[in-house]
Amino acid sequence: MPLPLYTLEAGQVVEGIKNREFSAEEYISQLLGRIEKVEPKVNAFVTLNKEEGLNRARMLDKKIRDGEQSGPLAGVALSIKDNICTKGMKTTCASKMLESYIPAYDATVIKRLMSAGAIIIGKANLDEFAMGSTTEFSRHGPTRNPWDISRVSGGSSGGSAASVAALECTASLGSDTGGSVRCPASFCSVVGLKPTYGLVSRFGLVSYANSLEQIGPVGRTVSDVVSILNVIAGSDENDHTTINSNKPTYSLQERKGLRAGLVMEFTEGADPGVSKMIYNAADTLEKQGCKCEEVSLPSVQYALASYYTIATAEASSNLARYDNIRYGFDMNPEGYEWNSYFAKARSNFGEEAKRRIIVGSYVLSSGYYGKYYLKAHQVRSLLKHEMETLFKRYDVLIGPTMPILPFKIGERIDDPLKMYLVDIDTVVANLTGMPAISVPAGFADGLPVGLQIMADQFAEQTMLDIAYLFEQAAKVQRSPEL
Amino acid sequence: MATTTKIGLEIHCQLTGAKSKLFCRCSSDYRGKAPNANICPICAGLPGTLPLLNQKTVEFAAMITLALGCKFPDDIAFYRKNYFYPDLPKNFQLTQYNAYSITSIGVDGKLEYGNGKDARIRRVQLEEDPGRLVYASGSMDTSVYVLIDYNRAGMPLVEIVTEPDFADPKDVRMFLDKITSIIEHLGVCDTKLEGSVRCDANVSIDGGNKVEIKNISSFADVEKALRYEITRQRTMASREIQVRSETRHWDDARKVTKESRTKEEEQDYRYFPEPDIPMVLLGSEFVSFILQSMPELPDTRKERFMSKYGLSAHIAQVLIGNKELADFFESTLMIYLSPKEIANWIVTDLMSFVDERQKKEEDKQHLLFAGLKVGPEHIADLARLVDQETINRATAKQILGQIVRTGEMPSALAKKMHASRIDDASVLAQAVQSVFQMEQAAVHDARRNSNVANFLLGKVMKITKGTADPKIALEMIQKKLKED
Repeated sequence: MPLPLYTLEAGQVVEGIKNREFSAEEYISQLLGRIEKVEPKVNAFVTLNKEEGLNRARMLDKKIRDGEQSGPLAGVALSIKDNICTKGMKTTCASKMLESYIPAYDATVIKRLMSAGAIIIGKANLDEFAMGSTTEFSRHGPTRNPWDISRVSGGSSGGSAASVAALECTASLGSDTGGSVRCPASFCSVVGLKPTYGLVSRFGLVSYANSLEQIGPVGRTVSDVVSILNVIAGSDENDHTTINSNKPTYSLQERKGLRAGLVMEFTEGADPGVSKMIYNAADTLEKQGCKCEEVSLPSVQYALASYYTIATAEASSNLARYDNIRYGFDMNPEGYEWNSYFAKARSNFGEEAKRRIIVGSYVLSSGYYGKYYLKAHQVRSLLKHEMETLFKRYDVLIGPTMPILPFKIGERIDDPLKMYLVDIDTVVANLTGMPAISVPAGFADGLPVGLQIMADQFAEQTMLDIAYLFEQAAKVQRSPEL
Repeated sequence: MATTTKIGLEIHCQLTGAKSKLFCRCSSDYRGKAPNANICPICAGLPGTLPLLNQKTVEFAAMITLALGCKFPDDIAFYRKNYFYPDLPKNFQLTQYNAYSITSIGVDGKLEYGNGKDARIRRVQLEEDPGRLVYASGSMDTSVYVLIDYNRAGMPLVEIVTEPDFADPKDVRMFLDKITSIIEHLGVCDTKLEGSVRCDANVSIDGGNKVEIKNISSFADVEKALRYEITRQRTMASREIQVRSETRHWDDARKVTKESRTKEEEQDYRYFPEPDIPMVLLGSEFVSFILQSMPELPDTRKERFMSKYGLSAHIAQVLIGNKELADFFESTLMIYLSPKEIANWIVTDLMSFVDERQKKEEDKQHLLFAGLKVGPEHIADLARLVDQETINRATAKQILGQIVRTGEMPSALAKKMHASRIDDASVLAQAVQSVFQMEQAAVHDARRNSNVANFLLGKVMKITKGTADPKIALEMIQKKLKED
């Protein structure tokens, strides 16, 4: 029996459909079957786009029969994190505040993917408004880790990473504010990339912390991630923070002799099982002709404090618009004066969102701005400076993506500080605006470990070169039994 | 008892000339549209949207900054002012803020107004207008619900804040007139549109507590509101009651300031820089571009009117005090170049018709000459007739009085009047004849002393009840004196 279609990589899907080895409709049908089978265990999706997805597939098949151009992602089935706006399709942010919200417009990335022939198969689960590292803070229940469904998938793009690992889609789009693409990619043993700040348009991404976040692709291979990045990258007139440059095109190339710095602070702080896998990964790279050395990034000790100050400050303001006036859920305003109505409606935010709104309001309050917000920005500059200095000597910096292995659902949910600590290795890339990728590094105690590779701003190609080199050499098992 | 009064102003003017809103592509022409018809995902604050800075508004704000003698920072930034109010789609307002570093487009300026007076400008900044709340019964106190119209949300506003440099409400009025003339000349704001210019004021007397007055719907009411508030504070002082530091609202109907019903506690706006709008570098190139593209300012125009056209300072000032008037003047000169004559016709005679109408409050919003059927071509024609002595000044005034209502050309009307006089030549001859019979002694004197002819003319005018053309009548009298 041939391999089921749902196991194929993006490139194979596009070729197979274009050469009419199978139809897009067959491919999407198989995926929908797979979703039906594994979704009760994984819970990666918030909304499925069955009918519309099949329609798009049939239209694509017709196009191909008619000999028309089909696009570089023709037939590729994507799950989209449910904080990225999709016109006519619910975008809930896993929140009561947007439980029935249907956007009036498509995010720029969605427009680009659709015109490249991609098919949206559904909207993926996340922590409410992308605030979390486990996807447990979702109104739709936690997404489970396909490698061990008693464990968290990571977050906040847990639905994205889990749906990719569980073969429920070809690839996915997540968003990464402090590690939200890389963390679940690491926990679910898939590839997740956070682009340089300003490389990908955020227009249509529901803001959590504007100055930190980027939309990023999740795939089972570096190659899949590159195909998606090539479509979504490039400046956008609807986002002033995208740089004014020509549209970049990334490729897969074998490059030897690259220099990698292994960040001591990251390996030292990690679980022994995780550290061991990362040292193994460094060995693998050395065997492939890379030069690996231990380096230090002293300011990293301030990174988490800086991250949570800036992220919560921006979040407290971003989430102010959810007052249930223009969109939201049914709540009779009778008997309320507007202020009490706002307060009552906004009590429906989840615990973690509320916590961040309160922290963010506090750090911005008058008299504290200099003490917290301004200081956090100074740390940001300091970190950036340290990183830039290191990138004069190294092409990339490597380390574990997550300092720990995927833990049990519910294990850390009542201890916010313990939860925040798991972001220690990922927030650096967001604070400095630099690109980072998590690639599967293998397993410790049967649980996935991710290797994080960071590069200088807009040095995505170098980062991808190392990621590809490692992927080809490490040959980590792809998908779990479900 | 002598008192010192300190008044400071906070002026908001909408940049209606920018054509679109501050952070999106929606039209700035929102007036008269169906509620919430002039909105898009950005100005409605829908999740996922990002602000896109309208370059034109930065240029306009820069022109205002230069006109008010303010300094530019090297770069400008936007801040979020966070507070909850239903007219704010995002529950924060994008504005500028100078507490941590200077980010507003202009600071530390000075503007001369009136005769040699000046006021310091603290800052000029760009910000977005909120939506409009429409109370079901017309007032906040008695309505059970409120409707929200976001058509105005995101309109570009320039806020001008002065130091408390005014002592007299009359000076405030003059200052506001000057500001109006400047923004009209710059073409950035159509001040005739309802709500396009608004002014809040703060008042304190004898170094006492500062009272803010809000909700003053037009510049014209600012003077009234200030007079009321000063009287109120003086009365309190005379009774030795301390003035509270508070915000009061101008009640347009009762013409008083009143305590705000809603408690306006000291709000913490949690300002922080807007991450979605990168800093805008201004730089010397930008400044010289603005200087080049900037329309002529009223002060420069006044100078030009005086030096090029030889107008008096007074006449020139009246003309530039209102851009519409100055434009009318220059349009007239394009047709017929007789600057002094035309300036006089406009300032003295034409304005007398406007003044009548301006006494009515409701006409303030309209164009100066709206309802008058005269254009520059009429005034040019009239001035030419006078210059060529086709008609005399008295007739010209009579003609003007008619054409402002009919829109007829002065030369056409003069021709008709002249024709009717020829028809009446025999009537006039009869009148002269009867005066000569009645005033024989005077006729006798007149033959020797030509000055007495004027006495006879007076008699002719009297029996014709002033309808005779005095010039023709005098000619007739002189001719008859020689004949007999």
